[in-house]
Amino acid sequence: MNQTFPLLSTLIFFPLAGALLLMLVPRRHALFIKASTLIWTLLEFALSLPLFYRFNENTAAMQFVELKEWYPEWGISYLLGVDGISMLLIMLTTFITILCILCSWESIKDKLKEYYVSFLILETAMIGALCALDLVLFYIFWELMLIPMYLLIGVWGGPNRIYAAVKFFLFTMVGSVLMLVAILALYFHFGGATGIYTFNVFDLYKAQIPIVKQYWLFAAFALSFAIKVPMFPVHTWLPDAHTEAPTAGSVILAAVLLKMGVYGFIRFAIPLFPAAVVAAGPILSWLAVIGIVYGAIMCIMQTDLKRLIAYSSVSHLGYVMLGLFTLNMQGFEGGVYQMLNHGISTGGLFLIVGMIYERRHTRMIADFGGLSKVMPRLAVFFMIITLSSIALPGTNGFVGEFLILLGAFRSNMLYGVLATTGVILGAVYMLWMFQRVMFGKITRDENARLQDVTKREAVILTAIVVFVFLMGLYPGPFLKKLDASAAGYLKYMQAKTSVYASAGNVTPGPPAGIK
Amino acid sequence: MTVAIPEWAFSYIAPELTVTLSAVIALLLGAFGKKETNAAAASAVALIGSGVALVFTFFLWDVNASIYNNLYTIDNFGTFFKGLALIVSMLVTLLSIRYVEREGIIKGEYYSLMLFGVLGMMVMVSSNHFVTIFIGLETMSISIYILCGLLSGNRASAEAALKYFLLGAFATAFLLYGMALIYATTGVLDIRAIADYIMSGRFGLTPMFMIGMAFIIVGFGFKTASVPFHMWTPDVYQGAPTSITAYMATGIKAAAFGAFLRVFYTAFAPFLLSWSEMLWIIAVATMTLGNITALVQDDVKRMLAYSSIAHAGYILIAFVVGSHIASASILYYLLVYTFMNIGAFTVVVLLGRKGAENTGIESYAGLAGRHPLLALSMSIFLLSLAGIPPLAGFMGKFYVLSAAVKAQYYWLAVIGVLNSVVAVYYYLRVIMAMYFKESSGEFIRPDFSPAYSIVIVICIWALLHMGILPRDFLLIAQKSVGIFM
Repeated sequence: MNQTFPLLSTLIFFPLAGALLLMLVPRRHALFIKASTLIWTLLEFALSLPLFYRFNENTAAMQFVELKEWYPEWGISYLLGVDGISMLLIMLTTFITILCILCSWESIKDKLKEYYVSFLILETAMIGALCALDLVLFYIFWELMLIPMYLLIGVWGGPNRIYAAVKFFLFTMVGSVLMLVAILALYFHFGGATGIYTFNVFDLYKAQIPIVKQYWLFAAFALSFAIKVPMFPVHTWLPDAHTEAPTAGSVILAAVLLKMGVYGFIRFAIPLFPAAVVAAGPILSWLAVIGIVYGAIMCIMQTDLKRLIAYSSVSHLGYVMLGLFTLNMQGFEGGVYQMLNHGISTGGLFLIVGMIYERRHTRMIADFGGLSKVMPRLAVFFMIITLSSIALPGTNGFVGEFLILLGAFRSNMLYGVLATTGVILGAVYMLWMFQRVMFGKITRDENARLQDVTKREAVILTAIVVFVFLMGLYPGPFLKKLDASAAGYLKYMQAKTSVYASAGNVTPGPPAGIK
Repeated sequence: MTVAIPEWAFSYIAPELTVTLSAVIALLLGAFGKKETNAAAASAVALIGSGVALVFTFFLWDVNASIYNNLYTIDNFGTFFKGLALIVSMLVTLLSIRYVEREGIIKGEYYSLMLFGVLGMMVMVSSNHFVTIFIGLETMSISIYILCGLLSGNRASAEAALKYFLLGAFATAFLLYGMALIYATTGVLDIRAIADYIMSGRFGLTPMFMIGMAFIIVGFGFKTASVPFHMWTPDVYQGAPTSITAYMATGIKAAAFGAFLRVFYTAFAPFLLSWSEMLWIIAVATMTLGNITALVQDDVKRMLAYSSIAHAGYILIAFVVGSHIASASILYYLLVYTFMNIGAFTVVVLLGRKGAENTGIESYAGLAGRHPLLALSMSIFLLSLAGIPPLAGFMGKFYVLSAAVKAQYYWLAVIGVLNSVVAVYYYLRVIMAMYFKESSGEFIRPDFSPAYSIVIVICIWALLHMGILPRDFLLIAQKSVGIFM
């Protein structure tokens, strides 16, 4: 890997540099602040493009690796690298952030500067967490994500924002501090057994951990990530956080932050503790299935648009987790692909709800009806994104969900059958919601005077819709980037689990490792 | 390596001499001449004196000596704590310049007593001898008793002084009695000699020795504000002048932990297991009680008092573990804790007024809107106290926890981290008030002065530096605890 230009570091710290510069701008230059943040995020996206194009799709090894000593006595290093999975998530992050800045253009008027500074710091933390391959470095970025998101919900959120912000913070924090203890326990276990004290995750992959200890450590990691995903039954912070967050906050939360939980499972919890995964797999798969069905049923009953979409996230993320735990190629790739899809389509749904909310200042489904007559263009966008969310063939959602179900049927028929009911329920709640909001008679006078999408909003929604179709009709380029990484990952998992199954003492080399 | 040194080895006690001299000059300045000019002069003397002493302290790094018939010791451990006490002294002096003027505190005495307190801390941490430790502790304590009551005409301040004095005297008596019991058993007062005596195997754990040890724990537990000897903390911290609260919360705590560490890891090291069980309970009780009580405080100063109890609990985690990295992590934690606490108290001072301290949480409402930089600074201090990366508070917790996990104290580590989640809630409450709420009623104009900004900038810089590049500082801490192994 002859990477002379530190692309990943640049990607991580470019937004932070922007945030620091932005702090120096006097707050009266509102337009300048908005415009420069937009340009900055566009530049960041442009910077991330080489990551996609220069990514070598034939290898499962980490790419764009950067390694610097940070605290050698403790084995803490500044180690960055991406594989197909994290690379696509980084692309999603840089892309969605632009839309978030755009959609905040009119709606955020108060404490404008702090808002954009928070957003840029959040972007740094998210990309950092996706690149970090050293557990301490990862943990630092992981915790760093909390503060800007907490501020986004708490300062610019809805009426019940303080409750939601604190709940979000505390839930996530409980999980992550327990993970910190587990990280240290793993570090000392590995160091004690091999004499090498390191937080480098690829060295730690080689650890042979006694089975009982593995259960405990996996439980701590899994709890932390499951809260973030969020999996049933630790999902209760999500509806509150989503409902109270400003539009852009909901978008970034749904599109990227929740994926951090899944990514944590993929990168850390599952490969570090394979034997525990085999044992706990059925439990987590069942929780995922319950999440799918429970989330969908909750959706049907919601009266608030944002809450409905929040619960649909619980359901969709249930699919992703189910896909992961099948640990076969279809399920796994489907799960990863579904993460991207969920980012695009749920992000899109939150954007649309935000647009409607800006006009009407209500999110109650009962307050709407017949909007398609006054806002025909919005109705088209809304329809497409709704269909993508219920995974109509031809849209992006279909590819991911289909792959996951395929994987689920292969691994256990019952999971497949139950998960499929979620698809049906998904169609029920989404279409019913769409019908109540967009069709029928205009029952309220306020609704008759609504303005259709503006140019700025059209740009945002077009970007989303382009990806809905691109990823739905032509998933090849994206899946191709994933193939080698996913295959390498599963091969590694197979080798690991068979070692534990035969109780042998052979240490398999990590095929997805750096060397 | 200990070398025989002729008496009156001035170069070894240069820092102490400098501080003593400055204290005397400050006192004389207060006694003669006009009030206004002398206030500035006294603070300058305190600042320069501490600064010069700090430079002398740097030169004593890596110097090991035992002087005055082994009553006084120069080693890296003591030097570290001396440096810390001098840093506290400089920061608190800077913070006091405007505060003392505003509150009309008698000036010469103020700086003089503060310096004598620092002298006490320095003596206390650089001795292997019970008598010297006790003299240092008393020098420090008596200065602080007076400082607590310096807000003339303020009932809370008088109450704080009296309460602290009565309870403090009581706790010191325990400490002294404990030392006497140990002396009665072993016949020596030098803590290395006590360790030798124990190692010689001439006696087991006699009841008298056990009680002596327990009494010493009571004495130090009081000074470090550990549960159940913490009762004085909230009232004293709240009633004392805020600058002195910052001084107590950082300087005294650090010095008391320094002496505590030295006595227990040197003299009682062979009995590590028997006292670490007792400290286990104290650690858990201290952090849990401190954090849970802090949750319901509506007064920021009082909340910081309870949070300082909780932090003593985190430090005690490492104390229980007793390994090399554990003691290094205590030193690092105390260093970090000094900066974040003094920073937070500086903001508290800034929002105060003569006669109205404005420490209620409602005074912080809407601060972010009017004084974004001040709110940002306060947030950095509070988030560091909460242990959020990449601030230094996180690294401090990280090292303490890693010491606990390494020694397989898993439950202690888990209780510690869950406690830190509880703590996040009350630190966030202040941040919430600053950022999420609008101020009700008239907004208080912060009482700005350049000296405050210097303190705040130094603290923020230190927290970021020690959080992101902690390596040098931890190596220093590790080197300082070399004497124990």
